[in-house]
Amino acid sequence: MLETFFNLEIARSAWPIILAGLGNTVLLSLVVVPLGLTGGLGLAMLASVRKPWVRYPLMAWVDFFRAFPPLVLLIFLFAGLPFAGLELGGFACVCIAFFLNTGAYYGEILRAGIESVPSGQTEAARSTGLGRVQTMLFVVLPQAVRNVLHDLLSNTLEVVKLTALGSVVAMPELLFQARQAQSLTYNPTPIVLAAVIYFVMLWPLVRLLSRLENRALAVRV
Amino acid sequence: MAARPIVEARGIHKHFGSHHVLKGVDLALAERELAFVIGPSGSGKSTLLRCLNRLEEPSSGSVVVDGVDMLDPRTDLNHARQRIGMVFQSFNLYPHMTALGNVTLALRKVAGKTREEADAVGRTALDRVGLADRAGHTPGQLSGGQQQRVAIARAIALEPRVMLFDEPTSSLDPELVGSVLGVMRDLRESGMAMVVVSHEMGFARNAADRVLFMDQGLIVEEGTPSQIFEAPAQERTRSFIGQIQKH
Amino acid sequence: MSAWDRFLEAFFNPVVMSRYLPDILKGTLLTIELAALIIVSGLALGLALALLRSFGFRPLNLLIIFVVDLFRALPPLVIIVFIYFGLPAVGLSPSGFVSTWLSLMFVLMAFSEEIYWAGITSIPKGQWEAARSTGLTYGHALMSVVLPQALRLTIPPLTNRTIAITKGTALASVVAVGEILGMASSAVSNSYNPSPLTMGAVAYLILFLPMVVFGRYLETRMAWKR
Repeated sequence: MLETFFNLEIARSAWPIILAGLGNTVLLSLVVVPLGLTGGLGLAMLASVRKPWVRYPLMAWVDFFRAFPPLVLLIFLFAGLPFAGLELGGFACVCIAFFLNTGAYYGEILRAGIESVPSGQTEAARSTGLGRVQTMLFVVLPQAVRNVLHDLLSNTLEVVKLTALGSVVAMPELLFQARQAQSLTYNPTPIVLAAVIYFVMLWPLVRLLSRLENRALAVRV
Repeated sequence: MAARPIVEARGIHKHFGSHHVLKGVDLALAERELAFVIGPSGSGKSTLLRCLNRLEEPSSGSVVVDGVDMLDPRTDLNHARQRIGMVFQSFNLYPHMTALGNVTLALRKVAGKTREEADAVGRTALDRVGLADRAGHTPGQLSGGQQQRVAIARAIALEPRVMLFDEPTSSLDPELVGSVLGVMRDLRESGMAMVVVSHEMGFARNAADRVLFMDQGLIVEEGTPSQIFEAPAQERTRSFIGQIQKH
Repeated sequence: MSAWDRFLEAFFNPVVMSRYLPDILKGTLLTIELAALIIVSGLALGLALALLRSFGFRPLNLLIIFVVDLFRALPPLVIIVFIYFGLPAVGLSPSGFVSTWLSLMFVLMAFSEEIYWAGITSIPKGQWEAARSTGLTYGHALMSVVLPQALRLTIPPLTNRTIAITKGTALASVVAVGEILGMASSAVSNSYNPSPLTMGAVAYLILFLPMVVFGRYLETRMAWKR
């Protein structure tokens, strides 16, 4: 069993390939998390314009991407768009898909956060002469982020895990590299290795989240 | 008064970590007696009450209620607790059940009554607290005073031998206090033995047999209401009574 | 032919669509089957773990926490790939369908356990005390008093999480399962036309959009009223 799933020799020879994959996963995360946050912030700012003709299309946009499996979106961009003459390549497709998909999730979270800040805060800030943007930036957003910190972190965990989808469009990230190594060695050790790396990398965030989660639900009672 | 006390607690100590909350408390309650416990917050009154039905585990000492040793590991605690009614400061009604559901849950699950039997007993109990017409309401639809009366009905439906009241009126608006005290007075007149932790000094004066003053984990002084309120022997009691009466 | 016509020809090609509609429908049924299995087994296992955890037996709880953390930290696709490509090395060869089912079941189990547990622990101590003071056993207090309140509290987050995880059935296409995306992808390579992907996308929206809207409705309506 150990021979099969944790063969040290194979682990050693696959290590450089896996390590390159880890590097790419980290880089990819560093690109797509800010991308999704930017998209989400844009959506949340739009949503703070409390007009029905802004609100409902926005809600529809968010729900559309919450209902759409990210892999389907990615395949659509990667395998579908070339038929319309748009050949984007794996990296660009991943970026667009994440911008749309995780942007919708981040947007929904930030919107809830902004709505959780009492309107008295805005009124107080505006009464001291702060502009609309300044009020949002210095008064509302900091409180909003604190109120939904758990959900933001939880979504970020999901986004980092989602980068494994890159393997489907041949991005050389951790899972892709592990599968390459596996097919070269005919042994599952590289996949186990990748799983261990994911776990070690993300466990601290998972622990932190379940600590925050208990508090988050307690507040709702 | 009966020879054997209904509640007999001896030498109760309770530590919370390094905090020594009860430092050797003795309390004996006779049948039909109402003991009224007063004292500053943090004096250990509530902890003492909660040690009597073992919601709090005493660090040492003995508690015997109606002849049952509460601290004996062989005692069927759930059975014993049905004979000790408890009413909480924050009511602790089950928000997902109706008033009748609150009252009948233990009757069905522990006393083993059928739904029909339990409902009949439950309605009688609700009637005793004047809320027969609120049986189908959920706690959210009731006022604080009504909620607390349902909580009392929940306890008396099990026909307890003694009732423990932990600041039953402290979270009520002033105009609702009277209805709860009224129910407590009726209970008292029916001969229920009661231990009441409360700040309702007027109720203590005309309903209590005995008043106990607690401070820093000890019973400092006890006596009849007139002794404690008009001629306290201890300086600490005197200053506490003085502070209360200023308000 | 204008650009618009070319676009329609590519993504909404009636000939291709009618030819592959039966395939997409078959895939949709398989997705529904897979999703139903994941939801029922995942939520049940998660609840069972949360109830076990409430008994407070420390070694068992540490094990539960570890398993839950593990399946929260691993990308679902990694688990699927491990089961599908890794287990054959020890003589077990689960199908792609079973691999996806088991993987997402474990993931949903982990996430739902965490939510159930947060729900149980968020019920005020007074509820336990009131129940125990009337002589209810631990089990009765849990099942009749605490759990009904906890479950109600957990429904909105549970719904949203269940949708997010169930959408992962699309990952099954990676391990050769003919669910919606798998059917659509192979239809695209057979017909050299992306219209089947359009149909697949519509199928996903028909399946999941009502769930998302329902989840949003629950979130606004189910706020606990005391």
